[in-house]
Amino acid sequence: MTTTPTSRFADTRPNPWVTFTLRRLGRLTVSLAVLITASFAMIHLVPGDPVRAALGVSASPELVEARKHALGLDRSLPDQFGSFVAGLLQGDLGESIGAGMPVAEIISDRLPSTMQIAAIAFVTTIVVAVPLGMAAGVFTRHGRRRRLELAFVGATSVVAVLPEFLLAVGLAAIFGAQLGWLPVALKDGPESYVLPVLALAIGPVAALSRIVRVETLRVLDEDYMRTARAKRLPTRILYVRHALPNLLTSSLTLGGLMLAGLLTGTVLVENVFAWPGLGMTMVQAIIQKDYPLVQGVVLVYGTLALLINFTVDIVLAIADPNSTIRES
Amino acid sequence: MSFTQRLRRTLRTPLGIVTMFAVFVLLVVAIIGPIFWQDTADRVDTTAIGRGGSAEHWFGTDALGRDIAARMIVATRLTLELTLGAVVIGGVGGFVLGTLPTVLGPRLARLVTALVNLLIAFPTLLFVLFLAIVFGVGTHGAVLAIGIGIVPTFARLIQNLAASVAGSDYVASARILGVGRFRLIVRHILPNIAEPVALFLFQAGAGILLAFSGLSFLGLGVQPPDYDWGRLLNEQLNRVYTHPESAVGPAVAIVLTGLAFNLVGEVLSQAGGRRGLRTAADRDHRATVPAPSDDPNGTAGDGTGPAPLLEVDRLRITFPGGHVAVRDVSLSVAPGEAVGIVGESGSGKSLTALAVAGLVPYPARVTARSITFDGVDPTAGARLGTSLSMVFQDPMASLNPALTIGRQLSEVAEVHLGHNRTQAMKRAVDRLRAVRIPDPEHRSGMRPSEFSGGMRQRTMIAMGLMGEPRLVIADEPTTALDVTVQAQVLALLRDVRTKSGAAVLMISHDIAVVSQVCERVMVMYAGRVVEELPTGDLVTGTAHPYTRALIGAVPDMTTDRGLPLVTIAGRPPGPGEDTPGCPFAPRCELATDRCHTDEPALERIDAARRVACWHPVITPPEARIETE
Repeated sequence: MTTTPTSRFADTRPNPWVTFTLRRLGRLTVSLAVLITASFAMIHLVPGDPVRAALGVSASPELVEARKHALGLDRSLPDQFGSFVAGLLQGDLGESIGAGMPVAEIISDRLPSTMQIAAIAFVTTIVVAVPLGMAAGVFTRHGRRRRLELAFVGATSVVAVLPEFLLAVGLAAIFGAQLGWLPVALKDGPESYVLPVLALAIGPVAALSRIVRVETLRVLDEDYMRTARAKRLPTRILYVRHALPNLLTSSLTLGGLMLAGLLTGTVLVENVFAWPGLGMTMVQAIIQKDYPLVQGVVLVYGTLALLINFTVDIVLAIADPNSTIRES
Repeated sequence: MSFTQRLRRTLRTPLGIVTMFAVFVLLVVAIIGPIFWQDTADRVDTTAIGRGGSAEHWFGTDALGRDIAARMIVATRLTLELTLGAVVIGGVGGFVLGTLPTVLGPRLARLVTALVNLLIAFPTLLFVLFLAIVFGVGTHGAVLAIGIGIVPTFARLIQNLAASVAGSDYVASARILGVGRFRLIVRHILPNIAEPVALFLFQAGAGILLAFSGLSFLGLGVQPPDYDWGRLLNEQLNRVYTHPESAVGPAVAIVLTGLAFNLVGEVLSQAGGRRGLRTAADRDHRATVPAPSDDPNGTAGDGTGPAPLLEVDRLRITFPGGHVAVRDVSLSVAPGEAVGIVGESGSGKSLTALAVAGLVPYPARVTARSITFDGVDPTAGARLGTSLSMVFQDPMASLNPALTIGRQLSEVAEVHLGHNRTQAMKRAVDRLRAVRIPDPEHRSGMRPSEFSGGMRQRTMIAMGLMGEPRLVIADEPTTALDVTVQAQVLALLRDVRTKSGAAVLMISHDIAVVSQVCERVMVMYAGRVVEELPTGDLVTGTAHPYTRALIGAVPDMTTDRGLPLVTIAGRPPGPGEDTPGCPFAPRCELATDRCHTDEPALERIDAARRVACWHPVITPPEARIETE
């Protein structure tokens, strides 16, 4: 597609960027609406009386009624939904049944810890998986080093099926309990980040580096790599300047898709390492049947996942406008 | 080979045997476990609370003194049952949601697709947790939550598969025959997507097993007094510091069973031919290469002209399996000379050019008595990019889509001429101007996708001029271009020669193109040079029947357009079709018995011409029409 100056002015069709962004925004809005409705509906869908469940069987009927009134659960459904949405717009997520504190306050207290390990794990994944996959591709090209290839493919496929919580338990057992090198619980200083981040990142590193290797093999066989070799460029320039950008888009697409999963992976990992984040809050709230708190956390996790996917879409469209925008 | 046959063959491989063994062990443990070990697993022993691993209790005992190993064995059945239950729920739900768009009208179909898209936007774990809360914490809630949790992913898969099958010819013809929608799914679509669906369900099984363990581990799945592996892990987790074996036991069971599910998936996918077993030929990439034969007639260069700039002596390129793609080709190029190599696809002309630059692709093997360029061996790459430059065909694929044009040119000057960035970019713009790219300052900032085909090819030539080339090897430089642009590029190549004094080695399948730029032409057929002659002799002085046929196939202004275009009957020998005798003999009108048994060598017929033919047509010089 070549844009000459004349066609640029004559073109009256809407800018593809505008259409693309509007469509994605529309999709995001619908998803958010569904998420809000679902989290509102949750408290009414749970089997039994949620307030009774939270306060326990020994609580007096008067107390249950009073708490229900305080939570607004005795009003009509449309009325409740209205005030729920109105509260959301003001950043009010209701009040925790168990702690008696505003849900928004608990979440804003816990959210940063979760975001920290998720973000560090994501950066670690990209920084480790891309060079690792590229190196594996370069070294095992043309069927050379069969044993290295087997070891790489074998190890990454085993690690990729390990769920985060088992990795977390394994890491805690080895580095925490056996070797005693690293703290295994609570957030306390930089070294306490190591194991949670590792537990989150190891699986994505294995999965992503396999994909990067396959992409590397594909890119190295492209004609433009032959052109680059015909220019007798240093190996570093050959791989970093000529190969890397061409395998980055597809690798980052998959990396981006992993990001939302990585965020929810914190739910399990935080519970192994007693990490004071959103995930641990959520599980405790579910067990204590503190539904307003669960509702708030589900809402926050869901919104973050949707925002991440939206951002990844936009970033990829900027990185590779041809394929992404046309596809949509 | 049918799927059942392939499956049987796959099951005999080491992978298949390991898989069958794993499945067998799992089933046996699941069936007999609760029968034999239920009592041991439930026996409370207050004298042995929280013990570590020992000969009596392999993985120790729990907080009530119960044997963890026995509890693990007993939990196998529940764990597998729950996994199976969720797979069934997810499978049925996903199948219904996935095939609905095919059955429903277009409007409802779009609604279902939109719903699936909407659900898929949420991470599975979050969706499962949400469902687990709604269905109530406990075993039933967890089975439902995880089963429904995989519905969106599975429905998407079915939708995609069904859509690909639904677009096929046999479904279209069934539709025309008036086959009902439901029948269409059951009879026509389902059997054709059964394989990938089965594969997915087993892989999903592994995921579900792990998800269950995850939920139970969080305390949201199986509730006491029941227990599955995840629950056991949850109970033992806090002891990971004192008696790690207690927690490691259930963890290992979960991982191994998950791997077993994946192995079954792997076996199915191999039997389904999706990731075929490695063939023997694939391993055989180090085939031995025969040494070049001692052929005294193959000498290149005659010592009459100036010392050659490029001299190739008996170049041979072999592929695994013994196919010889280039057979003892010798050639020489004098400084400033333009030489063309002409031949059909597969004649080995491009490989010859790549061999000079040391860029022959894997897995071909290159041998030669000697290759010298400007006094050194160029295949080591010592002159590449500077005095020896390459211009490739198909400039869309040969230019890097991720880098700007200017960057791809300027890096040559930066790396080889020691220019800084500004100097190098100035030189790049200068070279782009030399190949008549309009507004080169602006266009050097563009990427190849913003260039037209002709501009890209000119850019390739400009790239070849970034060093100070003494030889430009142009591999099919005009193939992808229309006639007008082709003429421009050829004019440019001639211009480059006159201005820079560089020699040109031009590869083309088009003898007309070569004759416009080169003084001398080498004709290749089936990996051999069959004739070498000055361009001026092409019209009337050709000696080899193949060259004559090639010339005859080029239409000119006098060609009768009422007649079909002249072609050469037959086809060149394919890879591995090496027969004794002259390779052109089967297509040659002049062939005799000798042509089919003995191979003619490339013999010199006069100072400028060589030919490999038993029956060359020798035209005396005085009878030739001078075309230059």
